[in-house]
Amino acid sequence: MQRSLNIDPGKCTGCRQCEMACSYENEKVFNPSKSRIRVFTFDAEARFVPYTCTQCAEAWCMRACPVDAIRINLGTGAKEIHNDVCVGCKVCTIACPFGTVNYNADTGKVMKCDLCEGDPACAKACPTAAITYVDANWTGLDKMRMWAAKTDSAMTAN
Amino acid sequence: MGWAGKILRVNLTAGTVKSEPLNMEWAQRYLGSRGLGTKYLMEEIDPRVDPLSPDNKLLFATGPLTGTMASTGGRYTVITKGALTGAIACSNSGGFFGNELKNAGWDMIIVEGRAASPVYLHVENQTARLLPADDLWGTSVWHTEEAIKAKHHDPQIRIASIGVAGEKGVKYACVVNDLHRAAGRSGVGTVMGSKNLKAIAVRGTLGVRIKDFDAFFRATEAAKAVLAGNAVTGQGLPAYGTQVLMNVINESGAMPTRNHRDIQFEGAHKISAEAMAEKRPTDGKANLARNGACFGCTIACGRISQIDRTHFSVKDKPQYWGASGGLEYEAAWALGSNTGVDDLEALTYANFICNEQGMDPISFGATVSAAMELFEIGAITTRETGGIELRFGSAEALVKLAELTGKGEGFGAEIGLGSRLLTAKYGHPDLHMGVKGQEFPAYDSRGIQGMGLTYATSNRGACHLRSYTVASEILGIPEKTDPLATDGKAGLVKAFQDATAAFDSAGICIFTSFAWTLQDVAPQVDAACEGDWTVEKMLEVGERIWNLERQFNLAAGLTAKDDTLPKRLLKEAAKTGPATGRVNDLGKMLPEYYALRGWSPDGVPSNETLARLAL
Repeated sequence: MQRSLNIDPGKCTGCRQCEMACSYENEKVFNPSKSRIRVFTFDAEARFVPYTCTQCAEAWCMRACPVDAIRINLGTGAKEIHNDVCVGCKVCTIACPFGTVNYNADTGKVMKCDLCEGDPACAKACPTAAITYVDANWTGLDKMRMWAAKTDSAMTAN
Repeated sequence: MGWAGKILRVNLTAGTVKSEPLNMEWAQRYLGSRGLGTKYLMEEIDPRVDPLSPDNKLLFATGPLTGTMASTGGRYTVITKGALTGAIACSNSGGFFGNELKNAGWDMIIVEGRAASPVYLHVENQTARLLPADDLWGTSVWHTEEAIKAKHHDPQIRIASIGVAGEKGVKYACVVNDLHRAAGRSGVGTVMGSKNLKAIAVRGTLGVRIKDFDAFFRATEAAKAVLAGNAVTGQGLPAYGTQVLMNVINESGAMPTRNHRDIQFEGAHKISAEAMAEKRPTDGKANLARNGACFGCTIACGRISQIDRTHFSVKDKPQYWGASGGLEYEAAWALGSNTGVDDLEALTYANFICNEQGMDPISFGATVSAAMELFEIGAITTRETGGIELRFGSAEALVKLAELTGKGEGFGAEIGLGSRLLTAKYGHPDLHMGVKGQEFPAYDSRGIQGMGLTYATSNRGACHLRSYTVASEILGIPEKTDPLATDGKAGLVKAFQDATAAFDSAGICIFTSFAWTLQDVAPQVDAACEGDWTVEKMLEVGERIWNLERQFNLAAGLTAKDDTLPKRLLKEAAKTGPATGRVNDLGKMLPEYYALRGWSPDGVPSNETLARLAL
């Protein structure tokens, strides 16, 4: 079964443990500027929002890549950058409507979330369960449950 | 590893910046942040220097755990000779600036001299430049952060700056980073202002490396589980913030009220954590919008608050309608209970102004309360205050003085002197409620005896963050002691002081110590850093740091005579609550404390003690 990162900004405190975990997983260093997931703070609105790649089924980045450096991992569904093929042309960074593919000037390649081969470091590091890794077919389940709980069962009782 | 291994030395007089290697031998003996910064300061300045002269230096120091996955590992410390106290100053802040500095590859910035005209320091990894700040001078912290990010086209820059308070010489000006996190006490922002340094703006993308990732991951995971499972760090602080203490301390009869005339505040329930969470009748929203975390923190005690738009303080000022840093317990007490003001929205507004203009809400609130007492006894009148009816309980007076003091205008310039100079100026020095010139925090030492010794001996002047014996005396952490007893408090204070110095120097938050002991911290430091970092070594480093700070103060001209409390706490008995009839019995604790420290009866470390600690 494929899984998806499920992000609930309401639970995020803005601590950036996810960014450190991601950078360590990918770069072997604690460095939020190399994280594939980023937390945004909207101070005046008192909101913290983690944001990363949603792994589009018809991925713009993958379609745009002229050298086929972005390929689907059939196990996880992640769109992965193959660094040995990537030429750093950055077309994918333009193609992605969400900005979640970015260029890494240190390597001359692009970087994006690859779901850590099915065991995402960000979700493991999150102290408040704002980031979880759930059944890709049921990312709406929590919201459905919330609304289900609000229904009036007495209506159909007779 | 753990350490970046580099110091950025900035000479404002000459306009130069240069990179130096970190003294790794000192790092083994003083760890980082507070301890290592103090070692550099001690070696590089004459402790007798005027704090506001170009000869004083200002250090921004991270610790070896700053910028790592250790919980709360995002902190930095500002170290200098304090403008408020003339003693060693060492103020610690969270937010995101410390991590950014470490990620730029620096353990520490040492600022020397004084710029001829206002400047700010721009650091981008290993490149540092001094740039003109004439257009920023005279503006707030909030404006400065926005303007620097816009100028460099980089929203990811992190900034530590002073507001107008620091420029105008308010004695308790802070350095503020990330809009509402502050290196708050002792006037470290005043020193920054005296150097014509408006801000330090940093962008770091180099990363932080550690010695042994597997061991580090195991140690930090285990330590995070301890925080999550603890009632204070796992539940109380995230839900209520430090404000969880308001009702607890009030009921304990240790809530300084109206400049310590009283010891319990009848309006405490109106300014407590519970009150912050209640929906307002006016707009249906609570004062508290949500909690927020500093970098790397899995506790998330920070308060993000919104002020009622119909409140008199902001009704014509939409710039204060958004959410920002809300009331911590210390601010709620100093701005509230100590001034007798129970208007939660007014306190929140005053707190916003403290953040915006960079001043310590503890010393500001305590100085306002001292001025209120001067006003009530007739030592000052509306002639001095510029027409302000400065009575206890007046939210209007508090709000007006926050605005004036933040900009150093009118009677605010006198409030900016701090309570020691203000009360002396008007002939009532006994009304200064503080030690070594620094105003007390939110615990009355008649009701919590150990805190009297804590305040009297704190190297940076009255402070709760040097040995928080409240943890033991009120909360029972790590074990319960009687708050009204003096027996055993000397040992308790020493133990807290030494351990706290070690926590602070690692680059983590002292709030972790509600749940962690050095048994939890040492494995994290050991996995990150070279050297055999055992609990014993951490404790020895902590004790060494405490004695080094003491040596700084003695060399600066302070003596055992400064290890005392105001007459009010030593002579005037508490009128209500569990401590009724009690004063602080400092005299019963202090000689034992000196002896335990290995200091002479007049508070000077003996040669044996110095030799034992390799000082």
